[in-house]
Order: sequence, then C-alpha cells, then structure tokens
Amino acid sequence: MTVADLPLRPREDARELLRTVNLTKHFRLGGFLSSRYLHGVDGINLSIHEDEIVALVGESGSGKSTIARLIAGVYKPTSGDILHRGKSVKGLRSRRDVLEYRGRLPMVFQDPYGSLSPVYQVSHGIMRALKLHRPDLSRRGREDEAERLLDAVGLVPARDFLGKYPYQLSGGQRQRIGFAQALACRPELILADEPVSMLDVSVRIGVLNLMASLRRRERISFLYITHDIASARYVADRLVVMYAGHVAESGPVEDVLAHPKHPYTQLLLSAVPDPRAPISLPEKTEVQEPPRVINPGEGCRFRARCPYAIEECSRVTPLLRLLRPEHEAACHVATSDLDGRREVAKSAHT
Amino acid sequence: MIATSTRPLLQVNHLCVDYLTDRGPVRAVDRVSLEVNKGEFLGIVGESGCGKSTLLFAIARLLSAPAEISSGEVWFTGHDMVSMDEDELRHLRWRDYSVVMQSAMNALNPVMTIAEQLADAVGAHQSMPPSQLRARSRELMRLVGIDPEHLHSYPHQLSGGMRQRAMIAMALALTPDLVIMDEPTSALDVVAQRSLMLKIKQLQREFGFATIFVTHDMSLVSHFSDRLAVMYAGQVVEIGPTRDVFADPKHPYTVGLMRSFPSISGPRQPLAGIAGSPPDLGHPPSGCRFHPRCPQVFERCAKEEPAFYTREQDLVRCFLFDR
Repeated sequence: MTVADLPLRPREDARELLRTVNLTKHFRLGGFLSSRYLHGVDGINLSIHEDEIVALVGESGSGKSTIARLIAGVYKPTSGDILHRGKSVKGLRSRRDVLEYRGRLPMVFQDPYGSLSPVYQVSHGIMRALKLHRPDLSRRGREDEAERLLDAVGLVPARDFLGKYPYQLSGGQRQRIGFAQALACRPELILADEPVSMLDVSVRIGVLNLMASLRRRERISFLYITHDIASARYVADRLVVMYAGHVAESGPVEDVLAHPKHPYTQLLLSAVPDPRAPISLPEKTEVQEPPRVINPGEGCRFRARCPYAIEECSRVTPLLRLLRPEHEAACHVATSDLDGRREVAKSAHT
Repeated sequence: MIATSTRPLLQVNHLCVDYLTDRGPVRAVDRVSLEVNKGEFLGIVGESGCGKSTLLFAIARLLSAPAEISSGEVWFTGHDMVSMDEDELRHLRWRDYSVVMQSAMNALNPVMTIAEQLADAVGAHQSMPPSQLRARSRELMRLVGIDPEHLHSYPHQLSGGMRQRAMIAMALALTPDLVIMDEPTSALDVVAQRSLMLKIKQLQREFGFATIFVTHDMSLVSHFSDRLAVMYAGQVVEIGPTRDVFADPKHPYTVGLMRSFPSISGPRQPLAGIAGSPPDLGHPPSGCRFHPRCPQVFERCAKEEPAFYTREQDLVRCFLFDR
C-alpha cells in the first residue's frame, strides 16, 4: 500500500449512495403472542456516499450487524426505509430488481471458515456470482473476470487459486476470496461485517489495506463494521458509534477521536489498549454492562453507566445534534454546554 | 518437595509437545524454556497455531491425546509436573495452580449454579462447613466485582464478562500461587476486556499470585505483564521485560507484529503487516522458522537454526544478534 491509498476525504461532489431513514428493527422474544420486543436498532439515519468508507463501531449487541443485515435485505425493517440512490428499496418487487440491488450491496462475513463451502473449489462461489449477476459474460469471459478479481484481491497467481479448496487456504486468503465473491457482483458498496476480527494480527492489516485499495482502484464504498476503533481509524473516513441500538455519535474519524463528545465514545476510547501510550493504570474499573434493550422506555440508554447523567437523561431520549462541523452526538450533557465541561469529562476517563 | 524462595515458582526446561497424527508427529511446542517467579505476570503472545495454548495445557498437564509431552521438564514449586500421575496432580490443581479457559461458556457447567460449582471446586480440596462456604463464595464474588446475588444464577444468565469473572473467582477460590489464563478476554468487547484486565491486575497485587497470560493481542498485555514471551511456530523467539520488548523489539517477527496493529493516536501511517502466513508445523521451514517471511533474511537463516542470543535483558532467537 502506498500513502495514496490511505483514507482521503470523499470528493466534494460525491453523490449519496445509500441512506437509511429512521431504520428500526425489533425482534419479538418468546412466543407468537409475546409482547416483549428486543430493540435491535431504533431510528437509524445513516448515509454512505460514493468512494466513502464508513465505520460502524460499538460493543457486541449494539446493533451493528443488524444494520448491515437490514441494508442487505436479510431482515425486513420493522419501520423506516432504506434509500438506494434516492429510491426506496420497498419498491423492489421483481426478482430482477432484487437481484440487481443485492449485487450492488454484497456482504462479506466475519468468519472466513464458515462462509466458504468446504466441498467446492474457490472458483465455485465466484463463478456463481458472475453467472447470476453478469449474464452478459460468456463462459470464457467469466473465467477471465474471475482471474482478474483474484488478482484485484491480491491472490496471485490467480489461476492457481481458482482450483484450490478452502482447506488449502489460510484465514487471510479465505477472507480475500470473500471479497472476490463480493466484487464479482460489481458492487457499489460492500457491507463488511467484522471482516478481520477472526484473522491473525499479522494478516489483518493486509485485509484492511485491501479495502483501502479497492475503494481507490475499483471505486467501491464500504460499510466497515468493527469493534476495533484503531482499525476503523486506519481505513475509514467517517465513524459511527452505536450504543444499544442507537447512534451515539458520528462524524469524521479524526474529529471524533480528537473530540469525542458522547460519554460512551469517551469510555470506548479509554478502553482501547495502546502500547504506544505511556503506562497508566487507573484504579477504577468499569463493571457495568450494556443493556439488553427490551421494551425500553424514554431516556438515554447509556444513562446507567454514564458518569455525567442528569435528571433529563432518564426522561427524554437524546437526539443527534450537530456539535462540530459534520460531527453529531446524542447526549443532553454534551449539547447543553458545549466545550468547557467536555474537556473535564475527557480527562476524567483517561 | 521443598520450594525455596530463590528458585522460580515455575521452571520450564526444553519442553516439547508432539501431536501424534497419522502422518507422524507434529511438534507444536519445540524446546520452550521459561520461568515464572512468585507474583510475576508473564505474557505469552503469538498467532493462532503458534503453540501458545498447547504450551499452557502442557504446563497445566491438561493435554489429551493425540498431544503429549515428548521431552523436557516442568518444575512447579519443587514438583516435577511431567512425571506426576493424575492422583498427585489432583492435589495441586485449584489449590496450588488453577486455569482460566478462553471460553467460560464451555468451561462452566450449564446445569449448575455458580454457587454449586464454586462449592464443588472448594469442597474437593477443603472441608468447610456450609455457612463458611457461603461466606467465602460471597466474598469471592465481591472480589471479582459481581453482585453475590448472582451466585444463584446459571451460567447462561450471566453476560460474557460476568462469566469470565466467575471463572476467575473460582480460580482464586483456594488462593493458588499460579493462575494460568488462556485468552480469557478474547470473547469480550474492548470495554469489558479492559475492565477484566484491570481486575486481574488488582487481584494479583492483592493476593500475590503469579500469572501466565496467553493472548494473540500484543497490545492487550502491554500495560499489564512484567515479562513478555513472543512465540512463533512452536518456539519462543523473544523473551524479555515487557517494556523493553515494546520499546525496542528485536526479533524481526516481533517488529512485524508491532507494525501490524494501527493505533488510535499519532499520525495515520500505512502499515504492512507481515507477508505470507505462519508455516505448517508438520513441515516447518529449515533453519530459522521465520526466515520465509522475514524481511531481513540472509543466507545463514535457511541453513542453521539460531540459538538464543542475549541483548540487554532480552533473549532473542535470531542471527542478527549473533555478534
């Protein structure tokens, strides 16, 4: 990777690729007549532009994967909408339209050991995707394209890899096959759900670099789902922090990291192990856990763990508000007095 | 059977572990030597398949077929662990050393409450009247930061972080000298991970037990371990005080690992990771096992196997330091 592959600000004229409008998904718990609902995600407004890598970070259970699955059409939203280039996906009726949409937004999964069928050669998944999504290609054309794709994901010599079985590949190579399959659909946006968390540390960075180079060379946007903020900073332009099904904070990566506004973002940042930082061992240990959001009432969902919670937090659900350019947070305290108290807040966590 | 204060708590000498496969033995741990002193926190890092968990299991004598210790010694508080039989080991386990596994969900019994499982472990070693046992259990839960109410919970009713804490409570129940931990935090998210690490460190200060902590995430132990051992392809390639290893990594593999994870602070730099992937231990490379991936490889590396060379307080298995 060259420096030129590092994240760059999206072009000013980059158009919006995808937008979610109050996207909400509730899962019914228990039997058919149960009235207990787990709120997977609530009222998510997210937009992804051309040539943009958006990182969705949060703890397990915060709703990150639910968003990806809603966008991919694996789940039907409880309410809200998804706009693809301004058009609602609810309008997709025919098989052809649905296929077209899914080809534009393929997923890459977390577990490269579970997501490839062990009985087929590597070429199988790629060829199938090509057959389905690229009917214009001849048999010969598909083979050439498959080789080009493996080349693009860094598996060279491509011809050798096409005939291999998954068991012959390492985790990092398998994950690259996952990306090649996604590329076969000619995507605009790849939904990458924790694509590196199961890989070894020494090969993770290679896959992150691959994402950066695909964005640059193939002009593909990414929704990069992760719990690792450092890797999000490495590849992404924009950071969206989720907590318990809500967006807590979002903005340009560097701005959010330098000026975290939401107490949860601050907590998250203070928990990242950073060997380059000087040794400091705070005595305070945070033992609270994120809530399972079952039939929640009004109020901020972070309030039980929040060191700055005020009375208002238990009554009114905070909405996202712009606090800095392009940088918004959903926190009553952060919005009530903008900068002074936040700095105190920041130092209290570190 | 006497542990003198001058000898390390645990001493491992040239330990080898083989997996006996149909295609011949595969050596997963190759001549590993290390020692752990009283109250020390030793971190062991390496990628999957480097033999770090196998090493732990060998030290704790928890290996099962087809893995077996083929040679080497493990001395623990004056006991020769390798030649001990199950009956003798049973007296040491839990009381003198305990093990915290990676997946608490699999290590805990799903049909017993936490209180019952604690009583089981304690009862096997000490006879205690029920009232005292209850008091001790409550004390242990408070120590690890769980509300004692959860003693009557089943494992599935606890969150991942709480389960790991419960495992640690059990491991500490009989105040052992050594607690062996195999990636106890890897299933947790960053906040829970950090809080568990702080808890472990705090308990260690309080009770003075030694810890061997295995992880694939080098940055995790950077602020917690006293010494750090880096493993690659079944061998220790570098061992030294944690701060020295981080400030000045010497083995090219350690250097590569350090350059593999991005940081949340400082300038954004392109990183390269390490080219290639770890070797198949059934057919390890000749000479230095890292040489096919090493950016500083030279002729000698493929021919001879490097010994350990001393640099300051570090031991490094690399010819670059043979001067």
